[in-house]
Amino acid sequence: MLYGFAVLLVCQLLGEAFVRALVLPIPGPVVGMVLLTALMLVRVPLPSELGDVAGGLLKHLSLLFVPAGVGIIQHLGRVGQEGGRILLVLVLSTAVTLAVTAVVFAATARLMGVEAERGDPETEPVEGEP
Amino acid sequence: MSLVDLWVYLSGGPLLWLTTTLIAYVAADAIFVAVGRRPLANPVLIAILMVSAVLVVTGTPFPAYFAGAQFVHFLLGPATVALAVPLVRYLPQVRRLLVPMVTALVVGSVTAIVSAVVLARTLGLDASTARALAPKSATTPIAMGTAEAIGADPALTAVLVILTGIVGAIIVTPLMNAIGLKNYAARGFAAGLASHGIGTARAFQVDPLAGTFAGIALGLNGLLTAVLVPILLPFLVK
Repeated sequence: MLYGFAVLLVCQLLGEAFVRALVLPIPGPVVGMVLLTALMLVRVPLPSELGDVAGGLLKHLSLLFVPAGVGIIQHLGRVGQEGGRILLVLVLSTAVTLAVTAVVFAATARLMGVEAERGDPETEPVEGEP
Repeated sequence: MSLVDLWVYLSGGPLLWLTTTLIAYVAADAIFVAVGRRPLANPVLIAILMVSAVLVVTGTPFPAYFAGAQFVHFLLGPATVALAVPLVRYLPQVRRLLVPMVTALVVGSVTAIVSAVVLARTLGLDASTARALAPKSATTPIAMGTAEAIGADPALTAVLVILTGIVGAIIVTPLMNAIGLKNYAARGFAAGLASHGIGTARAFQVDPLAGTFAGIALGLNGLLTAVLVPILLPFLVK
């Protein structure tokens, strides 16, 4: 676990340094993700447990948003008098965005004759829907 | 040692609030499972409400809470890097679906921005609120940076971004089932694009392939939103 976690941190650190050095408006971890993808693609030997560490973190990704979410509750006052209408905008806009994105994706894929099946939950244990 | 002394000692260190965060999440996840994984019982939302209730009841200020919870918050960085692992695993699928992805990215990103601002103006919301809403689908650090660039309140944008994430995570599954859309790459991609990391977390709960595409969409839409919002906004808000 230690080696896998170290790889993630090193990639994040390099990503943060890269973003700072070039004053880019991108979060450092996103650059770290691109870097790790590149390392894996050129088959740099990486610790074998990297997959387990990554899987463990992503399986509980929801947990990681709790502290930021609690912080948001503190700032709910900023939404102010417009609260109800803002929530309505968020729900409608998010629903439209979800539907449009998914339909365009699926329609283009069908047009090109490529279909994606579900991932294989057998090889990657994730808490899934029944 | 009295109870008060004990409380003063514990509430001053990181252990208590780190533990509270974990326990709240474990409880929220148990509730989520107990009600048959209904999307409305979103574990992020339940855990946030539980912790917030504890903070209110105990009169704990947020900075004191965050001193402990920051260890969980910190893991968002390595978790983002970790998205590379499923990405590489599903690379053949990602390659084959490159054109649908780019098409959906551009259309979806524009839809997210334009629909938010136009709806806000239609409902008579203030121009400053409409601006803060524009980058709502991007991941928090990018959205806050974009808000700053267009003269919106970054703190308000942060609130709207998190709310968008929770809303998206709750409605994505029922919405996709209602449309009858079974392409899990498309469902995941939409979840990551419309509701960033929280949508991605939801996608990983449903299906690893959906989660992978959500992670890609989260990264790409973050970048595109930062570019598009300053360009589109002058046409939408005077």
